Amino acid sequence: MDLGFNEEQEMLRKSARDFLDKECPKKLVRDMEEHPTGHSPELWKKMADLGWLGLPFPEKYGGMGFGFLDFCVLLEEMGRALLPGPYFSTVALAGQAIMDAGTEEQKQFLLPKIAGGNLVMALAWTEPAGRYDPSGIRLKATPQGDGYLVNGTKLFVHDAHVADMLLVAARTSGTPRSAEGITLLGVDARAAGVKATPLVTIAADKQCEVTFRRAAAARANVLGGPSQEGKGWPVLERLWLKGAIAECARMVGGAQWVLETTVQYAKDRVQFGRPIGSFQAIQHYCANMATDVDGARYIMYEAAWALDKGQPATMEVARAKAWVSDAYRRTCATAHQVHGAIGFTKDHDLQLYTRRAKAAEVRFGDADHFREVVAQQLGL
Amino acid sequence: MEYRFSPEEEAFRQELVAFIKKELPPGWVGGMDDSSSEDWAIAQQMRQKLAARGWLTLAWPREYGGMGASFMQQVIFTEEMAYNRCPGKDVFGVRMLGPTLIIYGTEEQKRRHLGGIARGEVVWCQGFSEPGAGSDLASLSTRAVEDGDDFVVNGQKVWTSGAHHADWMFLLVRTDPNVPKHKGISYLLVDMKSPGVTVRPLVYMAGYHAFNEVYFDNVRVPRSHLVGEKNQGWYVAMATLNFERSGVEWSAMARHTHEEIVDYARAVRRNGRPLSKDPLVRAKLAESAIEIEVSKLLAYRIAWMQSQGRVPDAESSMAKAFGTELLQRLTLTGLQIMGLPSVMAAGSRWAPLQGRLQRHYLRSFGYTIEAGTSEVQRMLIATRGLGLPR
Repeated sequence: MDLGFNEEQEMLRKSARDFLDKECPKKLVRDMEEHPTGHSPELWKKMADLGWLGLPFPEKYGGMGFGFLDFCVLLEEMGRALLPGPYFSTVALAGQAIMDAGTEEQKQFLLPKIAGGNLVMALAWTEPAGRYDPSGIRLKATPQGDGYLVNGTKLFVHDAHVADMLLVAARTSGTPRSAEGITLLGVDARAAGVKATPLVTIAADKQCEVTFRRAAAARANVLGGPSQEGKGWPVLERLWLKGAIAECARMVGGAQWVLETTVQYAKDRVQFGRPIGSFQAIQHYCANMATDVDGARYIMYEAAWALDKGQPATMEVARAKAWVSDAYRRTCATAHQVHGAIGFTKDHDLQLYTRRAKAAEVRFGDADHFREVVAQQLGL
Repeated sequence: MEYRFSPEEEAFRQELVAFIKKELPPGWVGGMDDSSSEDWAIAQQMRQKLAARGWLTLAWPREYGGMGASFMQQVIFTEEMAYNRCPGKDVFGVRMLGPTLIIYGTEEQKRRHLGGIARGEVVWCQGFSEPGAGSDLASLSTRAVEDGDDFVVNGQKVWTSGAHHADWMFLLVRTDPNVPKHKGISYLLVDMKSPGVTVRPLVYMAGYHAFNEVYFDNVRVPRSHLVGEKNQGWYVAMATLNFERSGVEWSAMARHTHEEIVDYARAVRRNGRPLSKDPLVRAKLAESAIEIEVSKLLAYRIAWMQSQGRVPDAESSMAKAFGTELLQRLTLTGLQIMGLPSVMAAGSRWAPLQGRLQRHYLRSFGYTIEAGTSEVQRMLIATRGLGLPR
């Protein structure tokens, strides 16, 4: 039993904290919310130089060869800094899927490009039904010549508007609810018939509607090769788990910032001649927040550890995403109560976290969803 | 990071569990009533069997007959004892008085008392709380006045667990009322058979007798039974050896209870289907399972910190408050799932789980009070952990 980080992880955390403090101030976060792309190519280039764009990829594909758990340390810091842009979509989702399920050729072709900062990707999975399970995938890819024609609509697709390539979950066969017949397909985001429109969301996090009208994709672009046509669901299922925990890592980082900022405010803010942090009611709120954040961290890393070890990890992930989803939102809500009126102004940075906590809560499935998964795992 | 125990530690766990299962009566579901002579006898037998294996004092230093066990072994011991509802653990003798004597006791006191604790033969109780001194323990007012070679003790203690079984008590008394409250307290060892000691039962609302009031009427305690210096008793009482203090027992108890509720929900049908098919039941039991895991990890963190040579502080408060409140929520959830039958008490043939859950529910009100209320724990998290001003 060792609940601490190793030296390499501590160094990664420190260098990430230093870099993001300098390169990702809240001004950038706010500017990117308003910015039409929400993507800073300068920052992207710097992250490529640091090796972050290939951090979890094996070295032979231009990566740094870090494990999933190490990766979560970096994501935690990114969540703390509210790093804007397509990092998560490109590395934690598309990159992870390519690493896990791509052919050798695909890995050799795509991963070095991502690592070098020359390929931005997005994962086009969910649709207007808002479901992550097989029944949520209705978009069709119909065989045509040496490839497919893709027709349908994807929704909640982060960063599709700045992506060079979309990894699309498409139905190539099977009935609408079946897990068979789902294919993961690389589609050129600039191909004729593909249109990505960023939408207004609670977190200003550049989620897009992506429409495909007779968009062409080559057969060679089936993730894992043509033999994997129709066999994409298990890949998505595994990616679901990793994506949920990667998201939890960012949430834990955000929650830690909210806790620290709120405790500092309680020390500084004076009313009735005393810092409000000396009042029991405020102390108890802060104690509750600290417990939520620490619990969230350890249950998140437990799942990250299990995934890192290649274990099935369904139970660990379900527990973590359920708990972290609620804990982060609760932490933000309590932080608002401690801050009083200043906290709910747009000028205050707390709201940046509160809005993202709500979006992250439902991404990959909320607490209600994962409690049901836990119930199944319990044999109920 | 490593979220699992080593193979050697797991082997210890298996050996311990095999021992517990072998030594407890067949079909053991946990003691129902500490005051019943039957359950008390089982507890004493288990204590002596644990002592014979050296496990009762596994955390003690080897020079005092302990095993010098690692923090991880200790946490496993605590976890399995609690999960298996194994009686016989000795909080007062082994965890509290033993370390105090090892640090502050005279050679005579060590020779006289440590062996009896280690062998599981002598039963100790703790005389700290008073009617007027609860969370503010240092305001205690039981008086001890020197008279020749003795102290003469007058006053009252309360919530004294197990005083009705105890041979001896370690007792905090006021020996100087004219100095700041922490500086006028002394630590005495009292033979419970001394003239003037009266034990009166306090019956817990679940119906059993675990605590007592203890009255002292001119009780003479030899001066040789003073531990540490006179008027230094507060600091003597604060002394602890660096034992595992993870609080893992809360999650372990909860896990067993949760399993019983899950089994109940799968077995019992309502409205034509098993309770376990009800979405609300599923959601509640899933949430409890998640909380149990969080509680366990908050406890493991403490043992891990200790294994790194660090001293947990607010972390312990966090684990205690979270774990005990979890047990309250869990037992309530279980009773709510049972519905109307949950009112049936132990002894009724209609009582679900023979009334265990109902008792556990009633018992759980005490958990958030004993050993520091949840409010005190939160105050400690805020001030010592987060640095908020007092």
